Amino acid sequence: MPAPLSAPLLRGPRFNRDLYVQTFVQRFEKLGGKAFVVPDAAAAIPQLAALLDGKRVVASNAPFLKACGITGLTQVESGFTDRDALRDACAAADIGITSADYALAETGTLVMLSSRQEARLISLLPPVHVAIVPRSRILANLDELLSVLSKPAEQSSSMVLITGPSRTADIEQILVRGVHGPGEIYAVIVEN
Amino acid sequence: MTGAPSETIKQTLDDPRLQLAIYTASGRLMDHRATAVSAGALPEYQDLRTQANLIKKHTIENLDYYLEQLEANVLAHGGQVIFCKDGEEVADFVLGLAKKNDARLIVKSKSMTSEEIHFNERLEHHHLEAVETDLGEYILQLAHQRPYHIVAPALHMTRYDVADVFTKRLGVEKEVVPENQTKIARAVLREKFLQADIGVTGANFLIADSGAVVVVENEGNARLSSSTPKIHIAVAGIEKLIPRAQDLAVFLDLLGRSATGQPLTVYTSFLSGPRRGEEVDGPDQFYLVLLDNGRTKLLTDPEKRQSLYCIRCGACLNHCPVYRKIGGHNYPWVYSGPIGAIITPQFHSITEDGWLPFASSLCGACAEVCPVKIEIPKLLLKLRSEVTEAKRRQGAGGLERLAFQMFAWVMAHPKIYLLAGRMGALLAPLVPPVGPLKKWASQRTLPRPAKQSFHQLWAARKSK
Repeated sequence: MPAPLSAPLLRGPRFNRDLYVQTFVQRFEKLGGKAFVVPDAAAAIPQLAALLDGKRVVASNAPFLKACGITGLTQVESGFTDRDALRDACAAADIGITSADYALAETGTLVMLSSRQEARLISLLPPVHVAIVPRSRILANLDELLSVLSKPAEQSSSMVLITGPSRTADIEQILVRGVHGPGEIYAVIVEN
Repeated sequence: MTGAPSETIKQTLDDPRLQLAIYTASGRLMDHRATAVSAGALPEYQDLRTQANLIKKHTIENLDYYLEQLEANVLAHGGQVIFCKDGEEVADFVLGLAKKNDARLIVKSKSMTSEEIHFNERLEHHHLEAVETDLGEYILQLAHQRPYHIVAPALHMTRYDVADVFTKRLGVEKEVVPENQTKIARAVLREKFLQADIGVTGANFLIADSGAVVVVENEGNARLSSSTPKIHIAVAGIEKLIPRAQDLAVFLDLLGRSATGQPLTVYTSFLSGPRRGEEVDGPDQFYLVLLDNGRTKLLTDPEKRQSLYCIRCGACLNHCPVYRKIGGHNYPWVYSGPIGAIITPQFHSITEDGWLPFASSLCGACAEVCPVKIEIPKLLLKLRSEVTEAKRRQGAGGLERLAFQMFAWVMAHPKIYLLAGRMGALLAPLVPPVGPLKKWASQRTLPRPAKQSFHQLWAARKSK
């Protein structure tokens, strides 16, 4: 047994909880994403109608998406439990819609744990990712996430933090979005 | 003992386009970092560095304990751990696994550790295709080059170079717009991801209490490599360990900011084992390959083992006046800049690449920006003395030693010293710049000795 190591350095939020939504939206958009805040689940679809119009969409199995009515839309495929079928659908889709387990205000980050409800590839293969997230899921920062979830591996084989659209600057340091992951990301924050 | 590659260094220095590319790219990364760690953006920056150093020190000093803990936790999550002494053992493992699973195509995300062991070349010999999927690394693989920089691998290439590589190797029409070049690569690599049998990633951190690997990236290729194929192999140096998942709060805050100025990179993946229970996707098999490749040699030296704290942010390269002139390819190994100068001689041997610790002005910029506070200049000095000692044992460096013995003798005899000083002042302007002096003088103006020495001025002042 090694000598004990000092307690992990976990910093508290730098601002009031009332400002989480506002801060998240601000940071998320600074990264190149687009965020909407809607009053309730019923308001999510009207907000996304134009974006989804005529597109092939894959949605995750998150109960919250069902509550928002997303899975009932005709252009939306959902309910995948088979890996290969899901992968083929995602590879062909224009848009992937998920919820998120958490969001981090200070960095504009979406936190996704792989599960029966949330597959890994829906937020990854389609060129556009939309996340619909209840307001209550917004935490201050990475430190608060790791306080709430001190060992993510106990819950899932994969936790991914998504902070902005996929990007590269590998050629002459010129910023290009949408290399391998989605080049466009949207967040819909549902207040109630 | 090999010397610095003066011919290729000269070529780099004489190439104005390349000089501008290195200077601009490293300068931009310096600016981004400076903003991201400024007091306004991250007031606790220095505390985070101290904590990161403390954690790394503790982990490296108890590496055996944490490696065992890591292994137990990977096994508990259904993964397997393979300890490898060197690149050959890694290749043997991967080849065996590929054979067992009838695998032909490997997709790979950026990993310096895999560069270190020539992973792709080793597999190529056995007709196993390993495709780099990070855009920069993909370009380099097509061009048959090694990374120029730890985080910006194709820093030295222009869009026109990329256009030529794509035309030649992919048979596409000439395309010089980076956005369109990226689309070309995305399309080719997307097919590879969907067909691949095995995905290989590196690891930025290994989390002992979770049995997890953490991979940070901006493009999404590491996520695809670890999630699309049925087999995921993570290859990591044993020094990548940190004890607890909660320690990530400190390290992730430092890594992105020090590397590119990003508070968090676009994707941070925390992966432990194959997919579980009802998880819809993810790999069926998960292997963690832990590589030694010279690392354990460093553990015995209480001072030099801090070289293993490095989190590969690349900040020391960007801030190094030597790297910024000679670029990445003049360093003998995949690790360039100040960190390369200290780890290359240690991982290999002190007699190979002995020139590296001397290729520094000891300005200290690297230590100032190192997020885990590695005392790079101090280690450079220590390595210099070890190189000199090794040279002495080999019987080399006799002339230099003789010169220093004479110098020591003169310094210990004040009268001789005064005489030598006066002679020097008289004779110095007459000495033609030949031999080593010529080399030195080619980049500098030779100083002229003062008309009166300090001793003379002091004596004159006293007599007044």
